[in-house]
Amino acid sequence: MSLININGVDFLYENENSDRPALQNINLQIEAGDFAVIIGSNGSGKSTLAKLLNVLLTPTKGEIYIDGLNSSKSENTWKIRQKVGMVFQNPDNQLVASMVEDDVAFGPENLGIPSPEIRKRVDKALEMVGMAGFQKFAPHKLSGGQKQRVAIAGVIAMEPDVIVLDEPTAMLDPQGRKEVMETIEYLNKEKEITIVHITHFMEEAVTADKVIVMNEGNILHKGTPKSIFRLVNKLKEINLDIPVAAEVAEYLRSKNVNIPDILTIDELVNSLC
Amino acid sequence: MLTDITIGQYMARDSIIHALDARIKIIITAILIIALFTIDTFSGFGFFSIFILIVIFLSKISFLKVIKGLKPILFLIILTLFIHIFLTKGGDILWSWRFISIESEGVYTGFFMVSRIFILILFTSLLTLTTSPLQLTDGIEYILTPLKRFGVPASELSMMMTIALRFIPTLLEEAEKIMKAQQARGADFESGNLIQRAKSLVPLLVPLFISAFRRADDLALAMESRCYRGGEGRTRLHELEYRYYDFIALIIVIIMAVTVSFF
Repeated sequence: MSLININGVDFLYENENSDRPALQNINLQIEAGDFAVIIGSNGSGKSTLAKLLNVLLTPTKGEIYIDGLNSSKSENTWKIRQKVGMVFQNPDNQLVASMVEDDVAFGPENLGIPSPEIRKRVDKALEMVGMAGFQKFAPHKLSGGQKQRVAIAGVIAMEPDVIVLDEPTAMLDPQGRKEVMETIEYLNKEKEITIVHITHFMEEAVTADKVIVMNEGNILHKGTPKSIFRLVNKLKEINLDIPVAAEVAEYLRSKNVNIPDILTIDELVNSLC
Repeated sequence: MLTDITIGQYMARDSIIHALDARIKIIITAILIIALFTIDTFSGFGFFSIFILIVIFLSKISFLKVIKGLKPILFLIILTLFIHIFLTKGGDILWSWRFISIESEGVYTGFFMVSRIFILILFTSLLTLTTSPLQLTDGIEYILTPLKRFGVPASELSMMMTIALRFIPTLLEEAEKIMKAQQARGADFESGNLIQRAKSLVPLLVPLFISAFRRADDLALAMESRCYRGGEGRTRLHELEYRYYDFIALIIVIIMAVTVSFF
């Protein structure tokens, strides 16, 4: 069985006037160790999907199984929240304590882990995100990228099976975005933590194992990054920014230039010259 | 600018007084406040003042800085003094003019009350000078823990204080940002009379409040997703531990409080 199993899930926000559900008949499997990227423009339902994975919301119809646990059953709520760590968009609004180490300790403290073990986890988690030595810093003295990495450390300290990141780079400058992406990739490749990364930056999907494109509450397409970037025209229709290299390749292809699937500028240069 | 404001008046030093357990410091302060009210002679105050001077010396905070912290209550002290001098009657008449008179009893109680207030504030401000807000919060939580049985939400209170401390700098930063944005659009925060100035704060406060509520929403979600479900069953990264010098300090203070009550 897959780590995350989403079977025929619908979700409708209760107090909203529109009749269109935020999610419609979503079927999705994510395996342990995957680096899955969910892309979609505003209102595509990608954040709703993230909240469903962490039981902040439960499906209106259908079921979600996390490591075999049904998220609709209330006795599973806290177990799933420990298994699925969540990082949000705004770095300021998810840090609880006025010292970095206290914030990273917040999750383990809630789980009732003994103090010496928390100490170990906090130091290890901070090291894994490259923030060792920042234990005593105040969050408001850190840059956006650093804050976001502290937030990731706070999730790692709970030792989850999967980390869901809901647009963690949306509010960061290019430098911060790079730091966060490198951290996520490191955690996935070296530490073998399953990652579900939600974004509207297409280029962040390039290194993924699996890309899921969402539009208006539906899954538009699932596949490898290369297969997705072949759909340049379709993606443009739903207002996603295509990486320049993929766009150029597609254009050349339409002019009958023989060119393989392209994701990055380096690949494009190599195949043309 | 705004963000340079330090929270509370905590001054970090490497001293024995700073190293004392926050709980012990709170308890000591409470004992000494009670002892202070049992004193009815000036020699008792003298004894007390010497003790405080020693504590200030041990805390490695300069005496001037401690005294500066008393500025805000200077008015209260002077007012108390004058009220007693002019209104408390009894004893010999020292000076009189028409219906106003100063009598010896009034002068005595005036100075007596002022010394009491002065020592009281001096000592409590020593607590906040030598204990960081975070330690204070932890200490208060521990002291309130026995009251949980009677429905006092001790850990929730301390969580609230922790979050407040965390967000003060963030909100100050935001206020500054909004202020600049409004100024760029022609808002004027600096001229006009008091009422006009208060009015000009509205375009600052409204967005600040809205964003604070939005932050609260986000933070609640983030806390929930990290398994926060109230104080029940929580452990702490920093467990407070009593050390031998905490008990020595407590014993010294108790002995002092008892001695002082005989003055």
